[in-house]
Amino acid sequence: MAVTRHHAYLAAEPAVATAADSAVLSNAWLLIALPLAGAAILLLGGRRTNGWGPLLATALPVGSFVWAVLALFELLGRDAAERSVSVPVYEWFAAGDFSARINLLVDPLSISFVLLITFVGSLIHVYSLGYMAEDPGRRRFFAYLNLFVAAMLVLVLADNFVLLFLGWEGVGLASYLLIGFWQYKPAAATAAKKAFLINRVGDIGLLVAIMIMFTVLGAVSFSDVFAAVPGAGDGVLLAIGLLLLLGACGKSAQLPLQAWLLDAMEGPTPVSALIHAATMVTAGVYLIVRAGPIFEGAPVAQTAVMTVGAATMLAGGIIASAKDDIKKSLAGSTMSQIGMMVLAAGLGPVGYVAAIAHLVTHGFFKAGLFLGAGSVMHGMNDGVDMRGYGGLASKMPITFATFGLGYLAIIGVPFLSGWWTKESIISATFGIGGTAGMVFGTAVILGAALTAFYMSRMVFMTFLGRKRWDEGVHPHESPVSMTAPMVVISIGSVFLGAFLVLGDRFAGFLAPAVGAEPHHFTVGHALTAPYGLAALAVLVLGVALAWFAYLRKPVARTAPDGNLVTDTARNELYGNEINEGLFMRPGQVLTKALVVIEDKVVDGAVNGIGAGVRDSSTGLGRTQTGFARTYALTMLLGAVIVAATLVVRF
Amino acid sequence: MIPLNLADGAPPALHGVTEAPPALDWWLLAPFLVLFGAGVLAVLFEAFWPKDSRRTVQIALAALALLVTFVLLILQVEAVGDGTTVANGVLAVDRTVLFFQGTVTVLALVSLMLIAERRDGRDAFSAQAATVPGSEEERTHILAGSQHTEVYPLVLFAVLGMLMFPASNDFLVMFIALEVMSLPLYLLCGLARRRRLFSQEAAVKYFLLGAFSSAFFLFGIAMVYGYAGSVNFGVIRLAVESGGAEIFADGNGEPLLLMGVGLVAVGLLFKVGAVPFHNWKPDVYQGAPTPITALMASCTLVAAFGALLRVFFVPFGTSAQIWEPMLWTVAVLTMVVAALVAVTQRDIKRLLAYSSVVHAGFILTAVVAGSVDGLAGAMFYLAAYGFTTLGAFAVVTLVRTRDGGQELGDIDRWAGLGRRSPALALALSLFLLAFAGIPLTSGFIGKFAVFEAAVAAGAAPLVVVGVLSSAVTAFFYVRIIVVMFFRDSEGEGPTVARAGLLTGGVITVGVAATLALGIFPGPVLDNLLPSSEPGQEPAAVMVDQVTAVPGEE
Repeated sequence: MAVTRHHAYLAAEPAVATAADSAVLSNAWLLIALPLAGAAILLLGGRRTNGWGPLLATALPVGSFVWAVLALFELLGRDAAERSVSVPVYEWFAAGDFSARINLLVDPLSISFVLLITFVGSLIHVYSLGYMAEDPGRRRFFAYLNLFVAAMLVLVLADNFVLLFLGWEGVGLASYLLIGFWQYKPAAATAAKKAFLINRVGDIGLLVAIMIMFTVLGAVSFSDVFAAVPGAGDGVLLAIGLLLLLGACGKSAQLPLQAWLLDAMEGPTPVSALIHAATMVTAGVYLIVRAGPIFEGAPVAQTAVMTVGAATMLAGGIIASAKDDIKKSLAGSTMSQIGMMVLAAGLGPVGYVAAIAHLVTHGFFKAGLFLGAGSVMHGMNDGVDMRGYGGLASKMPITFATFGLGYLAIIGVPFLSGWWTKESIISATFGIGGTAGMVFGTAVILGAALTAFYMSRMVFMTFLGRKRWDEGVHPHESPVSMTAPMVVISIGSVFLGAFLVLGDRFAGFLAPAVGAEPHHFTVGHALTAPYGLAALAVLVLGVALAWFAYLRKPVARTAPDGNLVTDTARNELYGNEINEGLFMRPGQVLTKALVVIEDKVVDGAVNGIGAGVRDSSTGLGRTQTGFARTYALTMLLGAVIVAATLVVRF
Repeated sequence: MIPLNLADGAPPALHGVTEAPPALDWWLLAPFLVLFGAGVLAVLFEAFWPKDSRRTVQIALAALALLVTFVLLILQVEAVGDGTTVANGVLAVDRTVLFFQGTVTVLALVSLMLIAERRDGRDAFSAQAATVPGSEEERTHILAGSQHTEVYPLVLFAVLGMLMFPASNDFLVMFIALEVMSLPLYLLCGLARRRRLFSQEAAVKYFLLGAFSSAFFLFGIAMVYGYAGSVNFGVIRLAVESGGAEIFADGNGEPLLLMGVGLVAVGLLFKVGAVPFHNWKPDVYQGAPTPITALMASCTLVAAFGALLRVFFVPFGTSAQIWEPMLWTVAVLTMVVAALVAVTQRDIKRLLAYSSVVHAGFILTAVVAGSVDGLAGAMFYLAAYGFTTLGAFAVVTLVRTRDGGQELGDIDRWAGLGRRSPALALALSLFLLAFAGIPLTSGFIGKFAVFEAAVAAGAAPLVVVGVLSSAVTAFFYVRIIVVMFFRDSEGEGPTVARAGLLTGGVITVGVAATLALGIFPGPVLDNLLPSSEPGQEPAAVMVDQVTAVPGEE
């Protein structure tokens, strides 16, 4: 909810949608309301919705998706300059020149996210129908999924930072509920708590950033804040930028707030797919791109963004290369890929389109990979250790095919989705020139090499090579409700990148919203430029290394002793230990100290005030004697007071 | 009406001595006439209608009269335009007045539902109030099934007074309205079926103190008349601007004005129950039959504040610098003292009485603001509070002791109510949160509106006191919620009477209004309340027909 002064709201107002303009846009609130209604119905309806609840919960995000497609066509029907549509939803009240209301912003950036969230989200709902078919808590599960989607839609459709924060917190809540969905498992409960706590750290960053905006810039809506940026001091912009980055780090699992993401794998696999592909981790990238004008005004913050992105990209790749747990390896991969997007977003306008394009294609192939991993686990009695897999290709042909296409896309095989968008990021990174361009560009190439290695490792260990199944495990293909979404998504993994990048379709669509020059992408250049060739070379190198290590040599059933490097990587680069040493222990000491202060000082004051109020209450209560004569006397006293204050005016 | 020849000058044109009968606009007077006619008719019914069906007919007549009145008021909204005065300028009809009257009528209609509710074939009123409590005669009447259907004509007359009170444009008419409103209420307070001595005591106290305050009010009118040479609001306003009637040409009239303002203020502040004129409220609210308490807490407060706003903004509107410090003091006293005393109250009705006093203090901050925004804020606050408080008292009528089934006022014995009757406890919690001013309830919007107006008018210290007082009040509201939901009942808890259609309806209306005005206040704020143009005085939206409207000169 934005609390703004009217007069501050006049600058740079986007076109206001009117009912006459189109019913689709002026009712954009339906996008959010549908899944939210689903969550409400399933949670409040209780057991009687057990039967049809999950189906309803699946249908509602589909409805949102359809509405989003209609909205997309509405936007495409407008001039490029008029595609930012502010949709007033609800004005709570206006008193004087004060106004509290909810507005949505439908523009190319937000609608891209809405389409991704609702499309991939819907498929994950369908998939969950099969995956969670036997779970006793499936109604609750679908309610939380709907809540997750609704919160994420609030986040991306908000036209101001406060409403964005509401969605941001909603996402945090929904992820907590879903990661800890099997809360009877201590690991799941701990993971949920961990995700929640680490996200709080990031949330504080976002919250303080909003407070600074409100007090210093006097506004919280995007348009007002960005209009105020040119007049703001460098220090203010830097502070806001770094705090926003902190917020983004929490949600997007970037260093140093990455530790929750791997543990979050304790949730049901569709949740992992949802968190990693369509919602949650993409929020940080969205925030940085949306707040672009702020970062452009604070170059140091931009450099910080790039550094964090690059570091996370490499760290994630290293972790993914060492993990034997298929979901944790994929989680490391997500860290890495999101890091790449954050890096691109830190480049400024030239990188925004590349970052978002990669985010969209990544949403597809990462969802496909997670759903594939879930399908594998489904067939392997929920085993997650890849050392216990091997040779599954023949048993699970559809899973293998869809997973394989996702794999080829993510490592950047030319002309598949991932190649187009990764090439865009590489070229944009080198494009900034200078030392920074070289350093970060090289980092991206290195990240691509790591991707090729760990993804090949995963595919080789899972689907190819020798069977290393435990006794009693009988792999089988998953039901059609699970494979169908995987097939649909794999089609996106293959073609979406080309569709978006060829002819600069996506760039041209997105550019006005993010204030970027449309970046021109040529296929020939991408294939022949030095960095393009380098990317292809490391791709081959990574696959080859994995082939040597995991396909030519037999894979041991138990992990061999590692050296220092592999141990470090297996322990997630000691992220948890660092967190414990740097934050947890000092935090515990601080808490103990605060408890003492609380008991002695705060409680003392509170109790003192309470006692004071009670005593004065009793004292004053004595004037209420019950005698009419006393009351009359009090009134007379009142008349004297009135007379006195009339004569002696202060 | 009033011979005006204190000085030699010609009397103001609109207010001359009339030889010819005054021209009366029957159409604009119709709401009063309908209520008056219905009241008279009800008295006749009381005398001549067969006993068996009398109660039904009385209720139907009262409800019909209130409905017709409301419809007439709605129809007048468009018709009056910028407003006018009727009956020789003694009554004003403008949108502000109509808002107060409409609110009073609706609240009275809802209260009537509570008044008409019967449990085990009996309503909340004594079989025969004239009998000595506990006497043989009383028992005879109870056994014979006697009942006081006089309640309904009394309510109609009281509501008639409440409609006239905020519409008065003349101090004498205002005084008559005050008495028309108060006298039936004094009687109604003493009619409780249970704890009759308690009820009678409340009635006598209310009557004595009310008479006392009326004396102040009347004496104040005399002083003002002496100062201005008229009791007409418009004329007084002009006189205050020019330093008094013509005999005070050398400017020595101020003491009369000060006395007049002060004494009139005492009378009005008594009616709204501001500290230190509030002592009657807890005793009377507790002793009176709860449906009557609900009527007083909602309708009387709205009417009294309507009159108070009118008096301070129209006749005394140009002397704000005189009375502002006085109202500051009273507002601070009200907000602080009532909030503090309420903390240790144990009886729900007394607590709601103190709560009503604190709310009066909050609304006084809007009066101090002296702006159109303040007026609008107070109007919204009163309407919102009226519905919420009706709902709260409706809940009170349902919670009863196990033995004897009388209302159980002791909050500590409400423990466990949340588990036994969750819907009822939730409804009461909503009302309490609205009293506390929690967002998304009407109470928040109301508080925000009056405090915003007060800050804009430079009364920030007053708002600080108000917010602190709110914090204290939140404590005892939330305490009730805690008792209901989080404490196990010790021994036998209360029983909850089944909410009949009528009481259930009142609670539903209360919940709906509290939520609607809290979540979608826009339509009311934008359409029904006066909106300010910069620098406009509240008198601009309160017609008096003598002075030119500021801003249109």
